[in-house]
Amino acid sequence: MKDNAVIELKDVTKVYPLPAGDVIALDRVSITIKEGEFVAIMGPSGSGKSTLLNQVGCLDVPTSGSLFITGKDVGEMNDDELTDLRLEKIGYIFQKFNLIPLLTAYENVEYPYIMKHKCHDTDGIVTALLNEVGIDEALATHTPPELSGGQQQRVAIARALINDPKILLCDEPTGNLDSKTGTQIMEMIKALHNQGRTVIMVTHDPKNLDYAERTITITDGRIK
Amino acid sequence: MIWSDIIFQLSVRSVRRHFLRSVLAALGIVIGVIAISSMGMMGTNMTLSVTEQLSSMGNIITVTPATGNGGGGGPGMPGGSSGTSSSDDYISDDQFRDIKRASGQELVYYVYSDSDSFDVGPDSGRSRIYGLDPEVMPEILVLTDGSYPKSTSGVLIGPTIAERYDLTVGSRIKLGDDDEGPQSTVRVVGIIEGRGMTMDISTDSSIVVTEKFFTSMYGDEGEYNQVIVVADNIDDVPAIKAEIDRQLNKKDDEVNVQDSSRMLTTITSTLGTLTAFVMAIAGISLLVAAVSIFNVMMMSVTERIREIGILRSIGTRRSVVRRMFVYESFILGVAGAAIGAVLSLFIGYFVVLAMTGTTEYFFYPESIVYIPAAMCVGIVICVISGIYPAWKAANLDPIEALRAE
Ligand SMILES: Nc1ncnc2c1ncn2[C@@H]1O[C@H](COP(=O)(O)OP(=O)(O)OP(=O)(O)O)[C@@H](O)[C@H]1O
Ligand SMILES: [Mg+2]
Repeated sequence: MKDNAVIELKDVTKVYPLPAGDVIALDRVSITIKEGEFVAIMGPSGSGKSTLLNQVGCLDVPTSGSLFITGKDVGEMNDDELTDLRLEKIGYIFQKFNLIPLLTAYENVEYPYIMKHKCHDTDGIVTALLNEVGIDEALATHTPPELSGGQQQRVAIARALINDPKILLCDEPTGNLDSKTGTQIMEMIKALHNQGRTVIMVTHDPKNLDYAERTITITDGRIK
Repeated sequence: MIWSDIIFQLSVRSVRRHFLRSVLAALGIVIGVIAISSMGMMGTNMTLSVTEQLSSMGNIITVTPATGNGGGGGPGMPGGSSGTSSSDDYISDDQFRDIKRASGQELVYYVYSDSDSFDVGPDSGRSRIYGLDPEVMPEILVLTDGSYPKSTSGVLIGPTIAERYDLTVGSRIKLGDDDEGPQSTVRVVGIIEGRGMTMDISTDSSIVVTEKFFTSMYGDEGEYNQVIVVADNIDDVPAIKAEIDRQLNKKDDEVNVQDSSRMLTTITSTLGTLTAFVMAIAGISLLVAAVSIFNVMMMSVTERIREIGILRSIGTRRSVVRRMFVYESFILGVAGAAIGAVLSLFIGYFVVLAMTGTTEYFFYPESIVYIPAAMCVGIVICVISGIYPAWKAANLDPIEALRAE
């Protein structure tokens, strides 16, 4: 299994049609990522890193080319199938944390569990996960605006892990954090990789590259 | 069950986050529900009370001259007979005797009627004047004061006219106009008890005189304006009607025979139309409410665009996002309709009291049903108003939504 490709991009092109002219955000990108790999994506601002991650995360579909996630062709899936893939196979960690402000930290983590199982967590998985990322029960009752950036990112990591996804996608996970907190978060991501998860991380910070096994550099929508 | 649904919780919290705005949007529904249910209840209560009043006079049959036919003249002689207007129509004494015989009832009486002006001291007015056989008066009229007339110059008056002109037993009324026709001063000898709506003669704001006085003042002796048959048994009414019709309308239609059932259908259908009309106007307020709900829902979608992006990106299906916004409009609808229902109970009660004078029928099922019915209409309208915003939210592109600030 170790050598199986979890993610496979073949000539993926993404074009954003704009009135001022089409923007080619990705230009015939082909990447293969094996199970359990830790891949970092580097590149200047506007080079297409987030766009690439969004294709892999099934938030968006390529204009042309094909994309396989765990062997399945994403181009053949309808919206509900893509949504369920995001829910069950992929954990997303964003630069801006992206927690739901109307829900408490606990509920934010439980939310994907409810979406998947159609019921509440009665096994204490949510609390266990929150403890693992260092959020105690008192903090878990707070809503995101009442938490610090580092705390919010911990909650976001717990949320990404609740359905035990194979793939973890991180778009500048430390971009909004100070370096000490950033290091803590990176250590957590490293630990998740060591548990066998495939991690793809977009980053600007050269320090973070040390955690990755492989670095892909992208400029103007192309891989060097 | 629904409380533990996290999607429902999100909707509840979204409504609560903008509490004032939500209240204002729901206010339209509150007003709409009150308007519709109050108007509906008013119509029903009016119909119920009219029906009750009319069925209490179900034993009364009125016979009036058929319009278009002269009292005795042959029909349609070319250029011959003088024009016969309806005011010239009357029931003759022979016809009266025929009616009495055909009906076979004890109490059958004729009524003279006209309308005339009168003076009470410095005030003057106009009223309907009924001429009745003095022997019939005690049979059909109840007095609150005084006694029945013994002389020709004694008259009875209704309670409304008595109150308006401050008349009591012993007051004098000068009947007739000083410019034209005869004038005569009469004395009030009795006040008639209020009778409300009637089938026979409306005495509440009229003057009742003896037939002798009537014919000496207005002439037309033996030319009655209507004949009233009071049936002993209400079940005989259709048979009596048929018999009078058979015996008097042999060749031509000489008389019209009516009982309260015809009047009842006319009044209830008129009331029905009227109620439908005012309810339609009340319905417009719900339409306005729908627009304000729609507006608030669109605002909510725009504000929560980023939240929708997050929900979609972590694996929320479109149908679930749609459900979340439909819940939101449903909550506004239920809250508005519930408040509206409670207020309808009070406001409807006073509307009914003011319009019909009684709340006897207010809690009858056919009346009170308007409250739940208006609630349902309000909730359905809210949910319908929320469908487009919900659809719009569900179809947002997740990436675009995530980029929104
Ligand atoms: N929804 C969109 N509509 C139009 N153009 C877009 C859209 N999303 C991205 N782009 C364009 O595509 C290109 C790549 O954008 P992308 O967000 O992937 O860059 P990035 O490498 O993540 O940059 P950064 O490091 O600043 O996050 C940019 O030129 C951007 O303007
Ligand atoms: Mg980016």
